[in-house]
Amino acid sequence: MVSLNHFLILSGVLFSIGTAGVFLRRNLITVLLSIEVMLNAVNLTFVAVGRYLGTVDGQIITFFVMTVAAAEAAIGLALVITLFRHRETLNPDAYTALKW
Amino acid sequence: MNVNPTIVAHLGLIFVVFNMLVLSAAFMVWLERKVCAYIQDRVGPNRVGFEGSLQPFADVIKLMFKEELRPQAADRLLFVIAPIISACAAFAAFSVIPFGTETTLFGLLEEPIPLQVTDVNVAILVIFAIASMGVYGIVLAGWSSNSKYSLLGALRSSAQMISYELSYALALAAVIMLAGSLSLREIVMDQEGYWFGFIPRWYLFLQPVGFVIYMIAGVAETNRAPFDFPEAEQELVAGYHTEYSSMSFALFFLAEYVNMVTVSAVATSLYLGGWLGPFLPDWLQWVYFLIKVFLLLFFYVWMRWTLPRYRYDQLMEFGWKWLFPAAVLNLFATAALVLWLG
Amino acid sequence: MEAVAFYIFAAIAVVASLLVVGQRNPMYSVMLLIASFGALAGLYVLLDAPFTAVTQIIIYAGAIMVLFLFVVMLLNVEREDSATSVATMVGPTGMKLGAGLSVLLAIEVVWALSRLGESHFGHDAETVNISSVARIGQALFTQHAFAFEATSILILVAMVGAVVLARRER
Repeated sequence: MVSLNHFLILSGVLFSIGTAGVFLRRNLITVLLSIEVMLNAVNLTFVAVGRYLGTVDGQIITFFVMTVAAAEAAIGLALVITLFRHRETLNPDAYTALKW
Repeated sequence: MNVNPTIVAHLGLIFVVFNMLVLSAAFMVWLERKVCAYIQDRVGPNRVGFEGSLQPFADVIKLMFKEELRPQAADRLLFVIAPIISACAAFAAFSVIPFGTETTLFGLLEEPIPLQVTDVNVAILVIFAIASMGVYGIVLAGWSSNSKYSLLGALRSSAQMISYELSYALALAAVIMLAGSLSLREIVMDQEGYWFGFIPRWYLFLQPVGFVIYMIAGVAETNRAPFDFPEAEQELVAGYHTEYSSMSFALFFLAEYVNMVTVSAVATSLYLGGWLGPFLPDWLQWVYFLIKVFLLLFFYVWMRWTLPRYRYDQLMEFGWKWLFPAAVLNLFATAALVLWLG
Repeated sequence: MEAVAFYIFAAIAVVASLLVVGQRNPMYSVMLLIASFGALAGLYVLLDAPFTAVTQIIIYAGAIMVLFLFVVMLLNVEREDSATSVATMVGPTGMKLGAGLSVLLAIEVVWALSRLGESHFGHDAETVNISSVARIGQALFTQHAFAFEATSILILVAMVGAVVLARRER
């Protein structure tokens, strides 16, 4: 029998994986992808708890998170492209100058 | 051993649908070559079988015995996976399309089963989701081949499919609004009956603009002429499948035709009343479904061999500046009508 | 049956996410993330939320990931720089610190969750009713109408912002 705890623990594990990605990776695209993993872990919690409480609010918040994720991806990737034009690298540590 | 007849019937249904799709792809290859030949005042294939009707099978056998080439600089894993994704997405989308009324197979089954692989209550969204997966096959093929023509084809394809998906979805949304349901079976059932006793209550007559938008966006989604930029042979050799040969090429080919069948089948269900039609008994109504789908498929072929290819900037301009606003206006008009007439 | 499906989807999601983070090739990262999204969509179906499952595929896998794929293809950076070449601010010590912090977070989260009592899902008609698309739409356009309009402004801002940022200066 699958209970709410199963879903919450899975979501915790996914969130930690995403956090590890943000901490450890030195590639801007992978960092953005790790943020998506974290957002998805949060979505899973919302849907699972919404199912537990019997309301649709969990799904609605998930819907909003998805739209925000889309906006974030668009802006983030536009920034990545602009940065890449200046330095020809995706390593976030390369961008140390305050001005160029 | 106790075998549940309903499960057997469902498995049989899946088997029949799969094989019908493969066969209709073969039929489409033959139809395309014949129609193209007549349009160009030629005879077309007429050696293998009656009027060349076995030509597609001969082609498949030829392709099977060809050498499977793989460029040395290609990304091996993605290069192999790409055509599989394409073909799977194409076949999967058909699973939610209903093609006939409920039947007990002449009393063999205790409970009637619908003629459809699975009835999902969010069917239209499922089709849309699977269609958006199809783009990965093309993009991955283009990227993993490590060839400039393939990459250009893939880039064009992803931009084109994202642009036209919007109009496609908005055209679908107008129909969903009219029917008040996301299930394709319920949408078809909603079109039963006649106005004034002879005009069928198809959504085609309520949504003429939506139908045109859907067909145009559908052609762009399936990468067919006049929107076949991902493979535009004069500019890109063969676009995303330049480096493919043998059966992996055949899979792309199959996916293209199955996608056409799916787009036509969805159009039939949404706008042309699905399997509904006069005179025939209930258990034979799928014949109407086949007739309508093949009329639309013929239209596809006809368009391909009649219209020249657009220029790429024209495609984008048309998609964003004409088709998209038209779809939005259509949606608004439909919403206003539904509100007004209840 | 449900438990088997849960464990299969959970395993796919965790393994794919781990590989996303561990992968050197961004193209593979993107593809694996799509697999992870697919597994999550399966989990949503198990949670009686088919609408969310399908939107997950359409928005995340169908739109956002295509954007990522597009950028990866456009930049075409095969491999990321090794850790030592551009170690200016965050050296190997920083990496160790990051790894330690993320392990700590994982332990904390799992510990906190394991202290909760077992809570089972209800199966009465009222609770299962959340799968209805009509109910979601009703709540979205009445109760949450303001948030809905706010997201449309957000998307407009993001769109304009992305165009301005990515435009080549002449």
